[in-house]
Parts: sequence; structure tokens; C-alpha cells
Amino acid sequence: MLGWLLQRVAQALLVIFAMSLVVFLGLHAVGNPADLLLAPDATQIERAELVARLGLDRPLWEQYLNFARSALQGDLGRSFVYNVPAVTLILQRLPATLELAFAATIFAIILGVPLGLYAGLYPERTFSKLIQTGSILGFSLPTFWVGLLLIMTFSVSLGWLPASGRGTTVRVFGVEWSFLTLNGWRHLLLPAINLSLFKVSLVIRLTRAGVREVLPLDYVRFARAKGLRRGRIVVMHILRNIMIPLVTVLGLELGSTIAFAVVTESIFAWPGSGKLILDSINALDRPVVTAYLLVVVTLFVIINLVVDILYRFLDPRVREEASA
Amino acid sequence: MTTVPAASARRPANSALRRFLRAPSALIGLGLLGLLVIGAVFAPQIAPQNPFDLAAIDVLDARLQPGSTSMGTDITYLLGTDGQGRDLFSAILYGLRTSLTVGVGSALLAGLIGILLGLIAAWSGGFIDALIMRLVDLIMSLPSILVALLMLALLGRGIGNVVLTLVLLEWAYYARTARAQALVERKRDYFEAARGLGLPTSRILLRHVLPNCLPPLLVIAALQVARAITLEATLSFLGLGAPVTQPSLGLLIANGFQFMLSGEYWISFFPGLTLLAAIVAINLVGDRLREVLDPRALK
Repeated sequence: MLGWLLQRVAQALLVIFAMSLVVFLGLHAVGNPADLLLAPDATQIERAELVARLGLDRPLWEQYLNFARSALQGDLGRSFVYNVPAVTLILQRLPATLELAFAATIFAIILGVPLGLYAGLYPERTFSKLIQTGSILGFSLPTFWVGLLLIMTFSVSLGWLPASGRGTTVRVFGVEWSFLTLNGWRHLLLPAINLSLFKVSLVIRLTRAGVREVLPLDYVRFARAKGLRRGRIVVMHILRNIMIPLVTVLGLELGSTIAFAVVTESIFAWPGSGKLILDSINALDRPVVTAYLLVVVTLFVIINLVVDILYRFLDPRVREEASA
Repeated sequence: MTTVPAASARRPANSALRRFLRAPSALIGLGLLGLLVIGAVFAPQIAPQNPFDLAAIDVLDARLQPGSTSMGTDITYLLGTDGQGRDLFSAILYGLRTSLTVGVGSALLAGLIGILLGLIAAWSGGFIDALIMRLVDLIMSLPSILVALLMLALLGRGIGNVVLTLVLLEWAYYARTARAQALVERKRDYFEAARGLGLPTSRILLRHVLPNCLPPLLVIAALQVARAITLEATLSFLGLGAPVTQPSLGLLIANGFQFMLSGEYWISFFPGLTLLAAIVAINLVGDRLREVLDPRALK
């Protein structure tokens, strides 16, 4: 178990290292920042001074070490546009993205589990086939397209829900949250549904497949033979067993949900980190782009690591396999 | 000897084609796809207006409803006009052209690279195999949009850069399947026979192993084209993909987005419908391909 854990942590660190190298080489080392910072009429001496001060005359590996050292201390430079530390900027915007991602995950469970359960228990019914087709569409439709459709239907035509922004927020622990007010919820609803689309399909498929797999097993048939109520069998015997893979997959999906929030945030003008990165790419605000990529990749790797470890503790079968 | 696997492969291929066409969903998908491809290929001949020719566009015609006629010329705007007075039907045909080219082009290029690397991994084993497969794992574990953001932040927008990004994201899927398939084929008798004859490695891999690996790779290719078109549209919608001078469907949708809130739905809606048709058509064909070609799907 310990060996596996060490190996898994090393793997995670390797991914972060590789990504930092790519980001450094791609965004930091390409192009000479001195050209941006110097006045056009600067002398050769002024130029050499600046290059030395920025450390640009050092060999590349030394520059990377400097970059990595300050990155570990949470310093990835100041935003050219906002003139505040890039990391601070990202961390300020991250809660809005996390709120959206969590809301989307919760929607995926609320919608996906019952639908998948129904489709798994009654595979021959028309409604089940409709659910199946719907989940295929959910996988293949582009998120932004569905987002537009949602806005067109619920904001423009029906006028039920707002199309942009976070609405009224409440400040808790120094962070603004939308989900604490009714108005905030009205703003959160459409973006969360939009972002959850892919995950709803995923949950439907997983739940349906799980039910189909568990249903013919002896312990379910035994529970039936004992004369237990159907509802009890479904909740206590079937659902409980499906929950482990479901939680694992949803956990692993959380990282990519945060990344894909870029699209949803851009459509619904949700002021999270995804909207920030798009604006920063267009404004060539390099430090913010660097910071975003590194923060999100690190977050992604940590989430995957934690889920992987939790999975081993949750499922005794996997745990024994690992220690054997 | 070399013609034996090819000749014996022809008959199952024929029956596979017949089985493929038996499903109505496949026929619908294929028909729709054919229509879209014809529209894209012959866009210059079909389109009533060249949407990139500034002289042909009249700003006075901006944001006209579907079915209106032009103030100046005698063009009827079947699907209305966009914010600059461009005929939307023409713009969609040209946009479809860009989207399909990017989708098919990146899938082909990624297929070429991925299959080659997959075969090399299966053949050499050991360190090279491990290296290639860890790269595959890395690409597949990262969210595609994150890799795309990184690449396009580095390279800037442009059709070539989008294709490069898509190739980087897609090759891994081909490589993994090609490797797995090749490892199975390695244990077959014909492989031993070819080895025994002393044929050169490249010839064994390309003429004997590759043709037998093709069916599952074809399925991957179909689904990757759909994925590539979706991702390209998403990136262009975000303003990171196709340049303004060469709008793909995604960029057309983005251009219409601002007008949608004021009720001028058609500028976004019709390019969106076209995109949907393309993705659904390719998925229908791909799904049917999988049913026909993948032995595991046969019950």
C-alpha cells in the first residue's frame, strides 16, 4: 500500500513538473520580455543591464530553477493588465468557478442517478430508450451550443432566468458566494445545468450499466427471495454498490469540470477563473495565463490523487488487490 | 503469400458494408453527411454570394430576417443575414467547409502519427513502448480544453494552429488502439509465417499487421472527426480558433451570440443547426461502424 502510494504521488509530481516545464518553455522563455519593457530608444548598456537584472543572460536550466523557485513561493509575476500578482488574481476568481463546478456535479447526481436507475431497472420501456438516446446527445453536443439554446429558451423567449452574471452574492470567509441567495441561485441555475450536461450523461450511463450488472447477482435475488420491499432492495442493495464507481468517476471528473468551466463561464458571463483566462489570452497577459495553467493543473492532479486514494479505502476489493 | 490476408479480408469487408447499410440510422447519417459534404465542397458554386468578398456585401442588408430580399441586389437571403450584411446561407456553406476540413484533416494526420507510434510501441516493447504509452496516458488524462488553451495561448489563433492542437490531443487514441490490436495480431500464425520468410520489419508491420488492425481504427477515426469538429467549434466560439477572415461554424455562432439576446436568433441558430447536423451525422455513422466492425459489440 505504501509503495503504491509513493509511486502514485511521484507520478502526480511528475505531471506537474512536466506541465511547468512546458509552460515555462512555451510562455516564459519564448520571446524576450526585455523587448516589451524597454523603451525603443534604449541604449545597448541599458538593455544589457535589464537582461542581467531579469536573469535572462543565465543558462535556460538556471532560469527554469528560478522560475520554479518563485512559483513554489506563490509568485508567478504580476498581471500586465491588472497590475496585481497573477496568483492572487486567479485565487480571487477561483471560488466562482468551484461553485459552478460543484453545483454542476450535484445536478448531475440529482438528475442522472434516478434516470439511470429507471433505465437500468426497466430497459425495455420507451422512456428508458429515450433516456439512452438523450445521454448519447449529452455526450456529443457541444457545451456552448446547448448553453446558447438554454439562453434562447429560458432567458430570451420565456424570460424566466437571467442569462449572465452571478447575481446577489453573500460574503463568507472573505469570499463571495452566489448559492446563499435566491437571486444568486437564479443566476447559477442555467450555467450549472449547462456545465452538468456531459456529467448527467455519464452518470446515467454508469448507473444504468451498474444496475444491469448487479441485478442478476445472487445477493439481489436472495434479497428478493427474502421478500424485501422493492424500494429497499433498490436503495440498500443496488444503489449502495453502484455508489463506489460513481463517486470515483465524478471525483475524477471534477478536475475536467473546472477546466471546461471556461466555456460555460464565457457564455453566461460568469466571473470565474475561466473567463479570466480567456480575457488574459486575448490581452497577451502572460503571467496570468501561466498562473492559471499551473494552478488548474496542480488542482487537477491533486483531485485525481485524492480520489484515487479514497477509492482504495472505499472499495475493500481494490484495497486487497493493492496489498497483495 | 502477401496477397492472402488481403484477399481473405475482402469478403468480410463486403458483408460488413452490407450489414452497415442495413440500419436505418446509418442510412440517415450517411445521407445527411453526404449532403453536408457536397454543400461544403461545392460551396463556391452553390452559395449565392461570396461571403469574403467585401464588394459583394452590403452593410445596409445587415441583420435581415430569413427570407428577405436584398435592398441593392436581387439576392434572396434564405436564412437571413448577419451583423455585416453577409448572406448567412453562403457563410454557413463556407464555414462548414472550414469546419469539415479541420475535423477530417486533423483526424487523418493524428491517425497517421498515432498508428505509426502505436505500431512502433507494440513492436519494440521495453523502454520505447513505456515512453510512448506514458505519453498517451498523460494526454488522455488531461482535460482536452486545458491542453487546447495551453497550445493556443502559445501559438495564437489560426487554422493551422488549431489542427496542430487537435492532432496533439487525438493521436493518443489511435496509438493506444493500434498498439493493443498489433499485440493481438503478433500472436497470429500469419505473423509467424511472415517472420519465417524473413520479410523486413516495416513490410510486416505495414502490409500484414496494419490491414488487420484497421477495423477498430476506422471506428476511432469516425468518432475523432466528430470530436475534432466539436472542439474546433468550441475553440472558435471562444475566439481562440479560426481567424476572423476564415470563420468556421463556431465563429459564426459566436458572431451571432450578441444579437441573440435582442431576439435576432437566426444569426447563431442556423450555423448551430448545421454544426449539430454534422456532429449527429458523423456519430450515427461512427456508432453503426462500431456495431458492425467491433467484434465485442456483437452479442
